[in-house]
Amino acid sequence: MTDNTLEIPALLTTLETSLRQKIASRKLTDPIMIGIHSGGVWIAEQLHKKLEIEEPLGLMDISFYRDDFSQLGMHPKVKPSQLPAHMEGRNIILIDDVFYTGRTVRAALNEIFDYGRPDQVVLGVLIERDGRQVPLQPDCSGCSVTLPIGQRIKLTGPAPLGIHIQSFPTESDE
Amino acid sequence: MNNIQLDSQGKLKHFLSIDGLNQQILTEILDTSESFTSMSKQQVKKVPLLRGKTIVNLFFENSTRTRTTFELAATRLSADVLSLNIATSATSKGESLLDTIHNLEAMHVDMFVVRHAISGAGHFIAQNIAPHISVINAGDGQHAHPTQAMLDMFTIRQYKHSFKSLKVAVIGDILHSRVARSQIQALNMLGVEEVRVIAPKTLLPSHVKSLGVQAFNDIEQGLVDVDVVIMLRLQKERMTAALLPSEREYFKCYGLTEARLKLAKSDAIVMHPGPINRGVEIESSIADGPQSVILQQVSNGIAVRMAIMSITMQSNGAVL
Repeated sequence: MTDNTLEIPALLTTLETSLRQKIASRKLTDPIMIGIHSGGVWIAEQLHKKLEIEEPLGLMDISFYRDDFSQLGMHPKVKPSQLPAHMEGRNIILIDDVFYTGRTVRAALNEIFDYGRPDQVVLGVLIERDGRQVPLQPDCSGCSVTLPIGQRIKLTGPAPLGIHIQSFPTESDE
Repeated sequence: MNNIQLDSQGKLKHFLSIDGLNQQILTEILDTSESFTSMSKQQVKKVPLLRGKTIVNLFFENSTRTRTTFELAATRLSADVLSLNIATSATSKGESLLDTIHNLEAMHVDMFVVRHAISGAGHFIAQNIAPHISVINAGDGQHAHPTQAMLDMFTIRQYKHSFKSLKVAVIGDILHSRVARSQIQALNMLGVEEVRVIAPKTLLPSHVKSLGVQAFNDIEQGLVDVDVVIMLRLQKERMTAALLPSEREYFKCYGLTEARLKLAKSDAIVMHPGPINRGVEIESSIADGPQSVILQQVSNGIAVRMAIMSITMQSNGAVL
């Protein structure tokens, strides 16, 4: 089902405002923005323009860093990560569509650190939902929602972007 | 016989030959390999995918390049790797192949990478092994060398982007070459327009037409308009009869020279699985020239072997 109460343009504006404040308060000079495939990239493409970030947008596929490889195997459509070679000492704005268990962000942080030791990393997500499983949380989000166990919220896209809520018999990682 | 490569859900469990697989599986390997190539930009050239898995390289035949790239591929996947020097191991004390395998199995290994002089050795091991272990064929006799074929396909796709309208010529010792056999199967499975083999009659198998290729005995006819030239090494160690008058004569008739390469398309790439015999199969200036992608093949070998290792290890039987 499509959720009409969550309007993407409004969520993007809230996230953008929050990120602007964070960039100022944390003094994130000359940041690199990285979107996590697939939904995170779609959101990051828009924010990258709105925030007028000079460095080209980085794209990240965390498939090789997932913690559920031995249960689920490889993601069938893994894409190459396209990240700047020099992330050592840089400020990074990491963008994903939905923050749920936190496992995706855990994997993304590991991949970032394999490219070098960044200065600060800030996490922005369009939607934060309940169900954290590791001690990580977003710095900025477009909204927070609480969903019944077994429901999953998913961004569809790239054009047009939409938010879908699906019911699943078992929990799965966002 | 080849279905042993797939598990009950049709996923790749052992990688023994191209024969018996399909275009979808080959494409999945190529796509996954592409993702692994971006890793070379990382400071830490390692991903945690196969952490805690143990991979044993069993090389009953000598190899430097293949063994090294398999070792690197495994370590970049964070697996633990053991390379056994068979010449000094128990097989030389009379232990049978299966006893060697069962002993290693008892040490809880997860994958064997096997090179053996006897065709079918990989299949034999896969048939006789505990269900959670995957086997990768790193070359068996004159039968198959499927990881080499896949890294060649990956290199071709990298330069030519699509297989569809390509004309590919494989030149040299087709008769003894497990590489050629696997390449021809992969090229046809991926749908290239035309696969040509170019060799003297003595180095072509008698059933060559059944391989789905056009056979040429004249290199100059065979090279016209091709997009990809794959040279093969003369396998002197496998030649038991007088198949060639001399190396010099071979180069004169079948060596890739600058003049001959001009017959191919101007943007044709030149490949060779290595080790190259300069002045026997290929003129030195071509091996080092702008159309040569021979060293790129070596680099790609790591990414492609990483992809094959991770795909086979994800098969249910291997991880549960």
